[in-house]
Amino acid sequence: MSDEHKPAVKAGPAPVHGLLAEYDTPSQILHAAKEIRKAGFTKWDTYTPFAVHGIDEAMGIKMTILPWFTLCAGLIGLATAITLQWWTNAYDYKWIISGKPFWSIPANVPIMFELTVLLSAITTLVGMLLLNNLPHPSHPLDQVRRFARVTDDKFFLMIEASDPKFDDVETRQLLESTHALAIEAVLEDRVTEEKLPTGLVYGLIIVAVASVVPFALAAKARYTKSDSPRIHLIQDMDSQPKYKAQRENSFFADNRATRPAIDGTVAVGDARDDDKFYKGKDGAAWARTFPSQIALNEATMDRGRQRFGIYCTPCHGQIGLGDGMVAKRADSLAQGTWIPPTNMTQEYLRQMAVGELFNSISNGVRNMPSYAAQIKTEDRWAIIMYVRALQRSRSGSVNDVPPDARASLK
Amino acid sequence: MAISDVNPYEAPPAGANMFARITDNVSRIAETPTPPRAWYIAFGFAQLLLVMFMGSLGYVIWNGIGAWGNMMPVAWGFPIVNFVFWIGIGHAGTLISAVLFLFRQNWRTAINRFAEAMTIFAVVCAGIFPGMHIGRPWLPYYMFPIPNQMNMWPQFRSPLEWDVFAVSTYATVSILFWYMGMIPDFATFRDRATTTVRRVAYGIVAMGWRGSSRQWHVYERAYLILAALATPLVLSVHSVVSFDFATAQLPGWHTTIFPPYFVAGAIFGGFAMVVTLAVPARQFFGLKRIITIRHLELMNKVIMATGLIVGYAYGMEFFVAYYSGNKYEVFTFVNRAFGPYAWAYWTMITCNVLLPQLHWLPKFRTNPWCTLAIGLVVNVGMWFERFVIICTSLSRDFLPSSWGYFIPTPVDLMTLGGSFGLFFTLFLLFCRYLPMVAMAEVKAFSPAGHAHGDH
Repeated sequence: MSDEHKPAVKAGPAPVHGLLAEYDTPSQILHAAKEIRKAGFTKWDTYTPFAVHGIDEAMGIKMTILPWFTLCAGLIGLATAITLQWWTNAYDYKWIISGKPFWSIPANVPIMFELTVLLSAITTLVGMLLLNNLPHPSHPLDQVRRFARVTDDKFFLMIEASDPKFDDVETRQLLESTHALAIEAVLEDRVTEEKLPTGLVYGLIIVAVASVVPFALAAKARYTKSDSPRIHLIQDMDSQPKYKAQRENSFFADNRATRPAIDGTVAVGDARDDDKFYKGKDGAAWARTFPSQIALNEATMDRGRQRFGIYCTPCHGQIGLGDGMVAKRADSLAQGTWIPPTNMTQEYLRQMAVGELFNSISNGVRNMPSYAAQIKTEDRWAIIMYVRALQRSRSGSVNDVPPDARASLK
Repeated sequence: MAISDVNPYEAPPAGANMFARITDNVSRIAETPTPPRAWYIAFGFAQLLLVMFMGSLGYVIWNGIGAWGNMMPVAWGFPIVNFVFWIGIGHAGTLISAVLFLFRQNWRTAINRFAEAMTIFAVVCAGIFPGMHIGRPWLPYYMFPIPNQMNMWPQFRSPLEWDVFAVSTYATVSILFWYMGMIPDFATFRDRATTTVRRVAYGIVAMGWRGSSRQWHVYERAYLILAALATPLVLSVHSVVSFDFATAQLPGWHTTIFPPYFVAGAIFGGFAMVVTLAVPARQFFGLKRIITIRHLELMNKVIMATGLIVGYAYGMEFFVAYYSGNKYEVFTFVNRAFGPYAWAYWTMITCNVLLPQLHWLPKFRTNPWCTLAIGLVVNVGMWFERFVIICTSLSRDFLPSSWGYFIPTPVDLMTLGGSFGLFFTLFLLFCRYLPMVAMAEVKAFSPAGHAHGDH
């Protein structure tokens, strides 16, 4: 569309858009519609305050295709509901609930029904607007004063000038013959601005630009990192007005929120008054015998071997030579900082008091940490019993083997 | 302009013919600069209740739902009672618009518009309660299938999830139906507008409707389709709400009678609310010529019919409990009528079953003030019905050691009372600014609206 033509058209007298006839009652408009249809016009319409019964047949209006829109939308809604429920509950996020099957049609029927109705209803309204060419802000008829009563109590019929059978005089005569109360020529709309008001245009541009901003910010946040904590609009009880154990609290003289236990406090079940059993001490010296609580039998030995396998072998190896997987790995890295685990079968350890061995496991020695937290007291003693057996196995002589079995060693 | 003691709507409507008089009768309500004093009093009162509602909801959001009285074993308490009460009221509008439309009950045109409005406002009130009852009302989107960082989806085998879809679909379709019905009436308001603001505002919502018959043809078809869609929808919504109860294993809830019983109860309560609103509305807005005694009588008959269905359901529940031979069922119903909540049960029976029987007498059902009184009584009764179903069943189930007794807190009562403030505020604003009666439809079914063949 070129700009030169527009002002030229605007300057001339407005061409006739159509001829408008006014009627008083539904009967009159029905009669007129039948006459106009009989005369063979195609571009014409009637305008009424309400849907006049029988006007469709009188005008020969064809059945609208709207129901097909609705049907399609309903089927899409149904398919969406089935897919949605299958995908979410039977495929993507399977979740057993009350022993119900993941994919159960009866339980999915309500949502199928609702989505079918929802999509059909929305499509019906939108389809009605589209088929009726609504919204339709301006129309040549808006210039006709009497036409304002079309939404009140008057009935109108307009034949458009663009109809091939339209003729200024004959058409007017035809309309007169239908007992029209008034007949008026409707001119093309020259009053309504074709352009939107500048303010509105700028306003719409600003709104359009502003509406992109939240999405842009969300997109930026999606692809950048931030050190600041997330915006915590709803607290969800995350911050509570209370002191935690290691916090500062100026209320107390020592500024600690934790209240230390009073001297001599013993927790229930924590009264460890047997030095030999709990510390491996026999008076001031290390105990050289096992405490009386430990039964020196096969069961304790088995327990010791099992616990040794769990806690000791990673460093000390299967038979206590200090060649466990951790040690091998550290050696292969050859970083120079590694302190190798002790070979438990060395002479000085064979001579060491069981109490001192117990102390090493309980409190750690050199690079080895304390295992008191992981291994129960009696299990630590059981491990020592097994270690003693390992030591014995590495220092034995042929004399330790029963005489009848010595032959098999050869 | 000073508020006049004289009701501006008492004067006969202007206009040379019946169509013009209908237009004037309805349009002047929204066009008069000052509504009658009764409107101001009602609106002021509604505002007070609304402030109370917002205050109590704010209190509940800030402090948590412990501010309410719901506590084990009655974890549902007032919020769900109120939800079912309001959603039930929200049934009459679409029933009148859709079901009566399909049955060609033309008398509906006088009342359908404001019944639809009432429906939407009731659904708004209803939606707030489960939204708050979820405990963290800022997380309602968990109920919708939105992809999220937790990779979780809603559980579609739960009736509570069906409820989310049923209620939101019902709200959406009701609003579409309501809006579509108003388009021709908005065009009337636009064409009668005397100020630019009104012309532009109503012009935008009228979308350039000019009453073309080719447009009316599509419009009528769309209206019929929407009515056909809304009819099963109305029946489905309260059925789905009843599934919340019926699919539970609790004695008193676990019954197949619930869906039809709930739907009948919803229509019963909804019509009661329609007459409760219609009687003052026709009185104060001069709509007696459009909403006639005949309309009130017909609505009262619907109330009677559905009330009898509800009464039948009350009786049948007892029979089935006895006939089932299940001692828990039997106990639940004996406990309902004679246990600690007997006061609520007999209030319900009196309001829902006994008092509406007065409408057998034409003298009562054709009297607007009796209509209003019975309407109010039924509203009370229907609220108590939900209270009885929820509280008696939950408070005493299988294990006597976990029995309890529900006592509402003042916040509970303020939230319930306040919800009426929201409802009436919206309704009064609707009366003031939107076409209260479907003018185009009333004209079409008026005596002058029929074409009498060719003359």
